[in-house]
Amino acid sequence: MNKINVNMIVNGEVVSILVEPNARLLDTLRDNLELTGTKEGCGVGECGACTVIVDGEAVNSCMILAASMEGKVIETIEGLGGDNGELHILQEKFIEHSALQCGFCTPGLVMSAKAFLDVNDKPTREEIKTAISGNLCRCTGYSQIVDAIEDAAKDYYVYDVCRVKK
Amino acid sequence: MVKKHGRRVDVLAKITGKAQYTNDMSFPHMLYASTVRCPNPHAKIISIEREQAEQYPGVVMVITADNIPGIPSQYKQKPILVPEVVRYEGEGVALVVAKSKVIAAEAAKLVKVIYDELPAVTSAEAALGKNAQKIYDDGNLLCKYKAGKGNVEEGFKKADHIFEKEYRTQRVDHTPLETEAAIAVPTTEGMTVYAPTNDAYKARLLIAETLGLRENQVRFITPAIGGSFGAKNYDAGVIGARSALAAMLTGKPVKMVFTREESMIEGTKRHPYICKYKVGVTKAGRITAMEIDLIGDGGAYLSKSHPVATRTLIEASGPYNIDNVKSKVTLAFTNNTYSDAMRGFGSPQVDFASEVLLDEIACELGFDPLEFKKMNHIKENDISGVGQVMTDVSLGKCVAEAEKASNWKERKAELASERNKGGSKVKGIGFALIHRGEAFGAAGQGIDTAEVQLLVNNDGGITILSSMADVGMGGHTMMVNVIMETLGVKRERVVMAPVDTSYVPNSGPSSATRGTMVIGNAARLAAEEVKDKLAAIAADVLGVLKEELVFKNEQIYSPGKADEHVNYQDMINEIFARGQTPSGRGWYTVSGLDWDRANGFGEAYLSYAYGAAVTEVEVDLETGQVSVDKFIAVHDVGHAFDKSEVIGQINGGVSMAVGMALFEDVDSKIGHIKNTNFDKYLIPTSLDMPEMNSIVVEVPTKTGPFGARGLGEPTACTAAPAIINAIYDATGIRIRELPANLETMMEELKNSRNKTDLN
Repeated sequence: MNKINVNMIVNGEVVSILVEPNARLLDTLRDNLELTGTKEGCGVGECGACTVIVDGEAVNSCMILAASMEGKVIETIEGLGGDNGELHILQEKFIEHSALQCGFCTPGLVMSAKAFLDVNDKPTREEIKTAISGNLCRCTGYSQIVDAIEDAAKDYYVYDVCRVKK
Repeated sequence: MVKKHGRRVDVLAKITGKAQYTNDMSFPHMLYASTVRCPNPHAKIISIEREQAEQYPGVVMVITADNIPGIPSQYKQKPILVPEVVRYEGEGVALVVAKSKVIAAEAAKLVKVIYDELPAVTSAEAALGKNAQKIYDDGNLLCKYKAGKGNVEEGFKKADHIFEKEYRTQRVDHTPLETEAAIAVPTTEGMTVYAPTNDAYKARLLIAETLGLRENQVRFITPAIGGSFGAKNYDAGVIGARSALAAMLTGKPVKMVFTREESMIEGTKRHPYICKYKVGVTKAGRITAMEIDLIGDGGAYLSKSHPVATRTLIEASGPYNIDNVKSKVTLAFTNNTYSDAMRGFGSPQVDFASEVLLDEIACELGFDPLEFKKMNHIKENDISGVGQVMTDVSLGKCVAEAEKASNWKERKAELASERNKGGSKVKGIGFALIHRGEAFGAAGQGIDTAEVQLLVNNDGGITILSSMADVGMGGHTMMVNVIMETLGVKRERVVMAPVDTSYVPNSGPSSATRGTMVIGNAARLAAEEVKDKLAAIAADVLGVLKEELVFKNEQIYSPGKADEHVNYQDMINEIFARGQTPSGRGWYTVSGLDWDRANGFGEAYLSYAYGAAVTEVEVDLETGQVSVDKFIAVHDVGHAFDKSEVIGQINGGVSMAVGMALFEDVDSKIGHIKNTNFDKYLIPTSLDMPEMNSIVVEVPTKTGPFGARGLGEPTACTAAPAIINAIYDATGIRIRELPANLETMMEELKNSRNKTDLN
């Protein structure tokens, strides 16, 4: 099979890469771009551990072909913090609210939460629960994750505008 | 916000995606291995044809049990690769090693194995029946134990009512989000293996046995662990040993990562249990006798079934004052996935049974269930069901907190009057309480020990050396807190060494809720040794007895004198200046338990954890859907090092038990698992979880570090019975077999409607 050339923007940087036609975005990110923060938990789009943001939308990267990413803007957990090691407000709030334990689902959850808060500045608790309902967590029981996202939402708008780096 | 000492030690790496889990790592020239699995639950291997797979482009080697230089397993333990007889579907019979994971998986399908199928036994009852197909030459009995006190026959005579009830729990998968994974790297000394496990030393032993190496020729390193809940014990050793075998035979690093389907098919599960009870109760509501018969499904191999069995035996009568108790437990081998401890080590099964049982009895005799349990539960110095004098009992406090937070009486009446108004959805309230033995105790069938060392540097920095696995529960942070609180030093001074068996001592597994109690105590003793060295000099300088010194704020104070103190760093400097070392070592053994194993009587555990829960559920009478609206979970942790993390543990344990109560069920009736991924094996999502009210009680024990009690497993024990009791309150339907999923609820609702129609 001939490889396909894909041009995409990953965490603010232009990436041009040859991928197998059947390569999953998840594997391309992890194996080719060494962005291993995005995890695989089920491989069938059910657990959300592989969630990344594509053109503003949270998607399961295990269910997407890398070849279909031409011209897309992709955000992963690695692109979230600032260059100088500062944290995104969601990351700060996850820490503050003890919203992670084993941490395996955390990158996916943070990305789902980011995609959600990017377009919802005053979410209700129920809306937050729905927004992360595609992300399974076996450790926390979700409560402190919802607390963290709810808390992050309070300061979110201003904070995020300052952070745009593209 | 609640009190927080500071961040978890692993939190920055995890929140930024930089934490390295096993599958995130790779090595030059790394190969990939895939497992060839048997499609039958019970079969004899006739032949294995490797040629077709070997010729597949990119395949490096096909490996079978014949290639194992050491041993495939200890007797009746799960083999790394099956040599002769497959005892459950999905067991590994061969490995294919290739240049990519895709090639390895594809070529694995080309290995042709000829089997002679044998009849499969897929339930404990069938396995223990006469003329059952034998899974081992000496039969299917895995173990049998008895316990108790008094004379149940006499007890039943004193009763006004006799109840006989039976409960069943299902097979549950741990499903940590990270599946089993391992990378083995051959070295000149032997083998280095990276894998997530809750017990690095045990995994190393399995690998050494497989490779025929001495234990210290195998270096086992535990990267970040994506959850365990009991899953990453024997399973981790198996995948670690497979990758190590492949690495040894090919001379190259080899990675193996299970897909979710592989993990579901081959990985250990929680033991399914059948719990039969006969109970005598007086008119006044006093329990006079309890006879218990437990039957558990151990699956195809031993694993830790013995200690799970003994724990269920000891805890099955619940935390109640009963003069006469007689219990027995029988575990059977079956052709199912092998069973192992899962968050609770047997407790969730018997807690479900005993807590629903007492609820039933209370309701049938016209008592309020909470009042009935209050009347019967053990208090300080009462005697447990196996004859142990119970101390530091905080059940009264836990129940009082749960009662207060739930406004039990008023709320129960309110919901009842709401139900009288009718409607398609009804609400109910349920209660459960638990006691749970800490660490392995007498049930552990071995000595329960931990070693921790503290490396103290010239600058006063302290490195903790311990093989404790932080499977997500914050165990490493707990140890840092123990050191800080013992020495009165700043958080920044203390770091955790990576878990690497070539450097760190054996602290034992992160299981049985022994982390805080056993490993925490070893950490405390190590810190005490450092403290003692500092105190010897400080006492001299300050002119006081060293036992009276107070360590806090990086200073060492004369008792009661804020202005008389010496500095921690100065004392460290002084120790080095004298040519000595401030480093310390702690060794903790759970000892002194007087337990009569043959009769199941005496001191079963050194200490116990207690908890209580109240929940409100809503049942949709048309669809059978049960929603858990509110959950109040009260747990006595003795001493909370970090309340916010404690609450996280409680919420997580409850979510796991919500899954056990309402939907999780490994569908394997004929030894073939049908639900192998999250599309069919449902675990709770954010929408399934109630609003949590987790209440932390701190009644210290005499045994734990700073009085702390373990917490991980007790949190997963109250929710299933509380929810089932709430469903009864809402609907009058009594679920005795888990889970109360849509199918079960619809069936029960239909039956109850038919009953009403007949009346």
